[in-house]
Amino acid sequence: MGFPFWIIAALTVGGGLAAVLLRNLVHCALALTIAFAGLALLFLQLDAQFAGFVQILVYVGAVAILVVFAILLTRSSETPKAESVFSKTWAVGLVVAAAVFAVLAWAVLQSLPGLPHETGAPTATVQQIGTALMGNYVLPLEIVASLLTAALIGAVIVALHEKKEEAK
Amino acid sequence: MANPLVGYLLVAAILFAIGLAGALTRRNAIVVLIGIELMLNAANLNLIAFWRYGPHPETLTGMMFAIFSIAVAAAEAAVGLGLVISIYRHAQTADLDQMNRMKG
Amino acid sequence: MIEKADQIFILLRNWIVGFLPAGWQTAAGVVLGVIGIVAVFPALFAISVLLERKGLGRMQNRLGPNRVGPFGILQPIADAIKSLTKEDVVPLNADRIVHFLAPVYLVVVAFMGFAVLPVGRNMVLVDIDASLLFYFAMGASTEVSIFMAGWSSRNKYSLLGAMRAVAQMISYEVPLLLSSLAIVMLTGTLSLVKIVEAQNHYTWGLPHWNIFTPWGLAGFVMYAIAGTAETNRSPFDLPEGESELVAGYFTEYSGFKFALFFLGEYLGMLSISGLGTTLFLGGWSAPLAALSWVPSWFWFFSKVMLSIVVFIWIRGTLPRLRQDQLMNFAWKFVIPMTLLNLFVAALWRFMGEGWLRWVVCSSVLILVYVVAGRAGMRKRSFGPRSYRYAE
Repeated sequence: MGFPFWIIAALTVGGGLAAVLLRNLVHCALALTIAFAGLALLFLQLDAQFAGFVQILVYVGAVAILVVFAILLTRSSETPKAESVFSKTWAVGLVVAAAVFAVLAWAVLQSLPGLPHETGAPTATVQQIGTALMGNYVLPLEIVASLLTAALIGAVIVALHEKKEEAK
Repeated sequence: MANPLVGYLLVAAILFAIGLAGALTRRNAIVVLIGIELMLNAANLNLIAFWRYGPHPETLTGMMFAIFSIAVAAAEAAVGLGLVISIYRHAQTADLDQMNRMKG
Repeated sequence: MIEKADQIFILLRNWIVGFLPAGWQTAAGVVLGVIGIVAVFPALFAISVLLERKGLGRMQNRLGPNRVGPFGILQPIADAIKSLTKEDVVPLNADRIVHFLAPVYLVVVAFMGFAVLPVGRNMVLVDIDASLLFYFAMGASTEVSIFMAGWSSRNKYSLLGAMRAVAQMISYEVPLLLSSLAIVMLTGTLSLVKIVEAQNHYTWGLPHWNIFTPWGLAGFVMYAIAGTAETNRSPFDLPEGESELVAGYFTEYSGFKFALFFLGEYLGMLSISGLGTTLFLGGWSAPLAALSWVPSWFWFFSKVMLSIVVFIWIRGTLPRLRQDQLMNFAWKFVIPMTLLNLFVAALWRFMGEGWLRWVVCSSVLILVYVVAGRAGMRKRSFGPRSYRYAE
């Protein structure tokens, strides 16, 4: 567990914490971008270069911008100073999240002797990924393609501004 | 030296818990979606970590799964944020504590 | 001797690195490569700035700057001194951290794109298997910095400029990627080094550059359009047009931060030109087989500077497009043409060698362009202008 791993992990977890704790929503979105970038670096650390670059391209380049646009279009960047940003039942949510983390951490540490070991760096060349996508995974590829088309059309229709017919 | 897989799994678990806490405790709908994205990312990290350290990494199963998960998460973020914008247009607020009735 | 001139930078690096102990050699080699990039591309930026001001001046029937050196060649130095010594004004309500980080992030991401461009034979900083994907990932990250700059200034004009710029950059990402995809499809690799090596063959003295094929030419034109829009250059520079929005998303920046934005924008231009050269114009390969004795890096940089000259030429010539015009253009014309280009590239691949595929591919492209493109765009009825606002 080298030194770079701890730095990148701290960056990612810090970005995630900031993304859910900060008051100002645009700062939350930018902290989320830092968390995505940290995750991309973790993927690169794990020798999954294709997944790391796709993570940056899709998440940092598109999803983060989407979140920012949504914040601006719903005027959520103007937070009222007085009220709290957490809902009235925040304690329950915190307890549930802590319980989930406890269960996951217990499961990981419990199965420590049985975890698979390092088998040497795998090579995942783009050629192999392409062959896999067109070979074994062609059905998921086509389904994801139609899913993305449906999501695109659906998002445009849902967010489209209807002309008010009773505007008097 | 401990198994390096443990570090990655614990980071993924922490990120998942943080995302879940954000999705359950914040009032604004967009921060809930941010929490959901964090949860999806934590799951992707798990997938890639197991692909790297598991048996048969040459079948690329973990990497493929993670790439499809990234694509689906992007589509879901788009539709979810479109919904939030549409609700804001109707109710003039994105505050989830005030949207607690089915009657529009 | 020719080999030595071609590989002179690699030999220089190996010689310097040879002085160090063995454990430090790869790291030192990479550091020297980074120093090379950080030295060369800002120097090209200075040359481009000078070229732009003189060139635009001449196109507008006036002299450019001509006071500072003979014919104004020391103007970039004067500009640098000015921007370093100007006062750094930050608005009172501005978000200081984000305001500071936006230009830093832009310059960092702009420099990352240069790491995968093959500048000469064997001269690439990192040879990644998926280098084109890395390049586009870095290009997509610049949008975040533009949003950060526009939002942190707490200025309506900045925010509006930033939103327009981000919308424009997102819209033109798609044709940029799709036009590069035809190249990837036919070369079979995402690695830029291999794409250049595939173009390095000569038939009857003429090179196999991708631009000399029908789909390559159409792809290059669309790549140029999309690249101009990605870097917010005229005629797509509504977000930063001086007559529209003061200065758009960098209204509230002064001094060194403005210089960093300027640097970031020109580095983006150099970067897009570099990628276009690599993908379509053959990278470091010489135009004629007889000229292969000239060092490969000379060809790369001259092609990049030629592209910069074309960028400046277009800026001085064409009027600015309105926001809805440029979005319409992207989604309704350029993207369908790039998809058609993919289809034509596939047709090219499967028709086998010979003159027939040239005729068929060219005629498909020209026919669809004339019939669907120009006719479709001409027949639009110009009714009363209707607006659709984001609420």
